[in-house]
Amino acid sequence: MDADSILGAIFSFENYGELLVLVQNSIWAGAVLGLLGGLVGTFVMKRDLAFAVHGISELSFAGAAFALLIGADIVFGSLIGSVTAALLLGLMGVRARDKNSIIGVIMPFGLGLGILFLSLYEGRAANKFGLLTGQIVSVDTVQLQALAGTAVVVMVALVAIWRPLNFASVDPELAEARGVPVRTLAIVFMVLLGVSVALSIQVVGALLVLALLITPAAAALRVTSSPVAVVLLSVAFAMTATVGGILLALGGRIPISPYVTTLSFLIYVVCRVVGSVRARKGINGRVLAGTA
Amino acid sequence: MKPVVSLTGASLKFGKRALWEDLDLDIMPGEFFAVLGPNGSGKTSFLKVLLGLQDLHRGQAMLGSRPVERGSSLIGYIPQQKSFAPDTPMRARDLVGLGVDGHRWGLRLSPGKANRKIDQLLELVGATEYAKVPVGQLSGGEQQRLRVAQALATDPQILLCDEPLLSLDLHHQQAVSALINKQCREQNSAVVFVTHEINPIIDYVDRVLYLAGGRFKVGTPEEVMTTEVLSDLYGSHVEVIHANGRIVVVGLPDATTHHHAPTHVLAGEAA
Repeated sequence: MDADSILGAIFSFENYGELLVLVQNSIWAGAVLGLLGGLVGTFVMKRDLAFAVHGISELSFAGAAFALLIGADIVFGSLIGSVTAALLLGLMGVRARDKNSIIGVIMPFGLGLGILFLSLYEGRAANKFGLLTGQIVSVDTVQLQALAGTAVVVMVALVAIWRPLNFASVDPELAEARGVPVRTLAIVFMVLLGVSVALSIQVVGALLVLALLITPAAAALRVTSSPVAVVLLSVAFAMTATVGGILLALGGRIPISPYVTTLSFLIYVVCRVVGSVRARKGINGRVLAGTA
Repeated sequence: MKPVVSLTGASLKFGKRALWEDLDLDIMPGEFFAVLGPNGSGKTSFLKVLLGLQDLHRGQAMLGSRPVERGSSLIGYIPQQKSFAPDTPMRARDLVGLGVDGHRWGLRLSPGKANRKIDQLLELVGATEYAKVPVGQLSGGEQQRLRVAQALATDPQILLCDEPLLSLDLHHQQAVSALINKQCREQNSAVVFVTHEINPIIDYVDRVLYLAGGRFKVGTPEEVMTTEVLSDLYGSHVEVIHANGRIVVVGLPDATTHHHAPTHVLAGEAA
């Protein structure tokens, strides 16, 4: 493959208008999942759960692979896998150290199971690959609607517990003293996170879920400390990455995920640079001696 | 006048070890009440009982006319200073905001009202200047001022303070304890102040609960902080020295020595 054909595979905008009509559903779903990822991501960062997201996604992958093998619904399989993993982490890993070691144990096990199921599966190879790298365009309208519907349910639940969850995330000791059900909220959030991971996997695949659930929120945190601004930016970044990624991917022949992850990564890099400039000038708080 | 905190026949045990037994205690509005004792003597558990986070083994604990309950709005709680991660998405005013409505469900739909309350609280503790600075960038003393503001958000009748001066320098110790005392005197709130070091608050304290070795003693600092009483509580001879309006306890048994050691007081004064 020469440079031209590689470029052609990545960017090609022939018949773009017609393609756009064909994939409007995907674009909508991408927008909804971006919105969800941006919202959930801010809590993932506040609760220091980045590693947990990775662990959950591997088990979600195993669930999806198993569903593929037995001919069941893949989204459902991935949901079962990730919610199980999330609940397990929520119930067992109370202390941070515990949590990390449990994730470290679960993650390779999940991935191993997934690979086992995939190698037993004798269907189309593209299906196998899609689980790891994303497949939103191949999902049909009914599934897309279910996907978006589930995302909306998760977001409504998240909004309902927003303030106490925030309190419990940033200031757990005081939240408990004020009567906030810290432990229950932790488990509820893990379930919401599990569902979000399973949904995000449909766009970017199990390996790249972090690009949707971590990177946008992490980028937002580089440039502001205002809780409201963090949420708005995180959502804007995640939606830019998903919708932008889908739009860019239309032209090429490769999956969506590299576009989404690259956009997400570029946004993060820009935010880091902007953040360090602001910190040096003391725009976002105080001038910090010796930091860049 | 009715007591705001009252314990009757209260006992707390962990397994077979009794932290304290048959504690009868009334704390009045406007009273500055210190809880002293070595590590592991049950000071923090005492606060947890009042917060409704720890059940009594026996006896009863009341706040006003009702049994203790979790999340009571009668209580304002000031925890130990702890550091926040530098990228915590929270500014000084947001930390105070948690005290105002952080425990409520849903989103903050009328930010105007909450913001006015937050501004008021920030001004009360003299933190307006750094209202928009991320908490991760604040000093321990600044954070503790915010903790006071946060605790006052519900206009509490009881302020529970769990070692709020720990790891603060002397200047901030004085500033924070003066703020707490102000609330006590001007708003007539009862203050329950858990500490292992009485000196920073010695001028404010009305009464002391001293916990040690599974036993306790309640009284004014003059009654409790004596060689006889503390020697009796610890079951070994300790020497209580009063000097320049400060109290130094010498010869505490093993692990607890450093808390009251004279070197600590001297270091504090030098700072």
